[in-house]
Amino acid sequence: MKNSIAERVLDFLIKYPPFNLLSTNDLFEISKEVSIIYMEKGDTLFERGDAAKSDFYMVRNGGVKLLHTMGDNTQEIINISDAGDVFGIRPLIAKENYKLTATANEESIVYAIPISVFTAVTKDNASINKFLITAFATNAYDPYTAEEAGKIFVDYLPNSSQDIVNFQTANYTKNPITCAVDSTLKDAAIKMRDHKIGCIIVVNNVNNPVGIITNSDIKNKIATGLFPIDTPVNNIMTSPVITCKKGLTVADGQLQMIKHHIGHLCVTKDGTVNSKLVGVLTHHDVLVTLGNSPTVILKEITRANRTKKLRSARLKANSLLKSYLEQNIPVGHIVKVIAQINDAVTVRAIEIALKKMPKNPPVKFCWIGLGSQGRKEQMLFTDQDNAIIFEDVPEDQYEETQTYFLELAKLVTKSLNKIGFEYCEAHMMASNPKWCISLAQWKQQFDDWISKPDEKAILLSSIFFDFSPIYGEESLSEALSDSIYKTLEKSSLFFKFLARDAIKNPSPLGFFKQFAVEKSREQKDLFNIKNRCIMPLVDAARLLTLKNNTRGINNTSERFEQLAISDPNNKELYHSCSYAFKALSKFKTKQGILHNDSGKFIDIESLTKEEQLKLRRCLKPVHEIQEVLKIRFDLKNFI
Amino acid sequence: MAFFKWFSEKKKDYPDFWLDYLDEFKDKVNADISNTRFIAFDTETTGFDYTEDRVLSIGAVSFINKKIDVNQSLELYIKQDVFKAESVKIHGILKNSKVDKLTELEAIKAFLAYIKSDILIAHHADFDRNMINKILERHGLGQLKNKFIDTGALYNKSVHVIYRDEQKPYSLDELAKELNVPLVDRHTATGDALITALVFLKTLARLDKRKHLNWGYLMPK
Repeated sequence: MKNSIAERVLDFLIKYPPFNLLSTNDLFEISKEVSIIYMEKGDTLFERGDAAKSDFYMVRNGGVKLLHTMGDNTQEIINISDAGDVFGIRPLIAKENYKLTATANEESIVYAIPISVFTAVTKDNASINKFLITAFATNAYDPYTAEEAGKIFVDYLPNSSQDIVNFQTANYTKNPITCAVDSTLKDAAIKMRDHKIGCIIVVNNVNNPVGIITNSDIKNKIATGLFPIDTPVNNIMTSPVITCKKGLTVADGQLQMIKHHIGHLCVTKDGTVNSKLVGVLTHHDVLVTLGNSPTVILKEITRANRTKKLRSARLKANSLLKSYLEQNIPVGHIVKVIAQINDAVTVRAIEIALKKMPKNPPVKFCWIGLGSQGRKEQMLFTDQDNAIIFEDVPEDQYEETQTYFLELAKLVTKSLNKIGFEYCEAHMMASNPKWCISLAQWKQQFDDWISKPDEKAILLSSIFFDFSPIYGEESLSEALSDSIYKTLEKSSLFFKFLARDAIKNPSPLGFFKQFAVEKSREQKDLFNIKNRCIMPLVDAARLLTLKNNTRGINNTSERFEQLAISDPNNKELYHSCSYAFKALSKFKTKQGILHNDSGKFIDIESLTKEEQLKLRRCLKPVHEIQEVLKIRFDLKNFI
Repeated sequence: MAFFKWFSEKKKDYPDFWLDYLDEFKDKVNADISNTRFIAFDTETTGFDYTEDRVLSIGAVSFINKKIDVNQSLELYIKQDVFKAESVKIHGILKNSKVDKLTELEAIKAFLAYIKSDILIAHHADFDRNMINKILERHGLGQLKNKFIDTGALYNKSVHVIYRDEQKPYSLDELAKELNVPLVDRHTATGDALITALVFLKTLARLDKRKHLNWGYLMPK
């Protein structure tokens, strides 16, 4: 009987190893028996310690992360398998329990391939066995990208993340920029400028490396007048170069650099100066692999040319966050660093998307972050909230212009989703035609919200009023702010609505000073720290800042600090709100890391007495600021 | 009494496969969504007229808890005398193509054995239900008794309340694009059934996120 689905499964499998090594007939036998599994983000396929399943897996769409569980029960991402990558092959090789956990990093579709059918078909195929053994041993699943991925040994279970990294193959730059040994320094410098690089390798006529010129050579030998600008490169290059073989580990690369006091290693075919140049390993490459410093991560982000690379850079920020929290670095600082990284990721994602667009933007535009990204207080991955403002265009060009920006936004939100920022459930995204509009339309939209406040308008205001420009023409976002504040001056009703919204979640301490926990079924007995503590503070800060006509400050704790200056009567309350906000954010983030979620719901029972007290101390300002709002906006009769 | 007589006589005449199908409904409905068998199916037809047009092919996939087994899919092609050249460009089934074709009776027999009393999912489900019911009618059988879920209607529930438009009809292509379901084999019955299944699962995940998921919510009233 005809089986169209099996045929389509085959069409996919045949593109990737090891299945590309099979005959079509054999592969069809396998395809017929495949199961198609749908995974929501966070769904787990198998966990460490689970008994071997009868299938192994290939990602069809999306991404599945493989996690190594550490001694203290925290998890660390070893690898993310993307479309076409095989994983969970331990049962194929050894009848043992799984050592890693496989969880969907985003919504994914996975093919489960039955081992019995697979082995029956492939038992005599030496090349397939070889591929699987290699894949198993190195996790370098895909021979096409093995080098690029700089994959890690799955089976070697390290004690710390540093261990893994040190023995990882160094991720060097392939096809480095070179110049011929007989060219002039000026030509070399032009090449360096065009490619935006800091060093160039000088090669002879058979492409063996003979020397290297760096920025400092030009500074020291040309700019000082030692040599004229048209001198041949061999006059000023550093020679000979230090070479190494492909497959060098990070630790080795670093050692070589320290030993020779250099920042660049030339990778050659056989590892000597007398063979062809295949790549360059720079000190920066080493730092990137080791990298857990914000500067290195930021640099990696600005250099990323694909979403996959952005994702790995952003994942590093998560371990950075973890170590910051462990070291008790002030939350204000952590938030700033993470906000900067998130903004950089978004900017880069937009730049990559712009390159994919068939033409340049028809008019200037501004990509704005909303909600917590707009307030620059994201720590863990959160939902995407963003929008586009574009310049006003004549009516007959409006649709065309909007279509262009919607296409752009679709590319950007898709890649942000791949990186780890989930789509906004409520579609508060630039890819939604409602939130991708011209400046005039935005002004109109805010005017509507302000002059005709209703439930819906207030719900949206709490997200849209905290916007900040991320990419593009900032004057557009400023013009919008100007217009908003102008309209606000005329409306007092709107503030009342906002105030009512800010106190809708009552002070979280109940009558007997018990935590008010959730009553609904799913989160029963859990304490919603976001709705009950953090959001009231955020809402209060926004409202008071808008009312005070204070501009340019979006961050909640900074807003309170500013309020303390402009309204000294309540100085102490504002300071304690600012402090409470930071402490609560930290609390939420720590819980989030612990439970691998947003940290929104806290099981009060699981907290230590000390933690409970700490949390309780933060609740007092929440209560007090709500009382202030009630009086200031005269809500007694309004509720 | 004449009515009763007519009823029991008629019942006696039913073929075994129809009685087997009816028997399936005697068991109680499974209360747990995570181990319920769902069937996503689609029909390719000669056109959109319930009385005039005929089903040329039925495709179905079944799944339990987000797992679709390829070897448990159904792909039926049906011999029909009605043939409309203009619909060939949509479904690609030629009158004398080489695929093994069943008679309509054989096909409906296989289909009923496959679906049992499980829950059926289709896009614009009313159309597919009517086409199948017409086949049953032509062979003197009753109507489908299975519960139906329409992916278009279900999707509408997952749309955020701010944008929801109950009147808006969603095409399968639109949903697949919105939910990032790979569009392969569009307009073959099995291919569309698989797309429908994935659309259903993805929509369910969206609904589940807000913890709306229970039978009352899932089933149309």
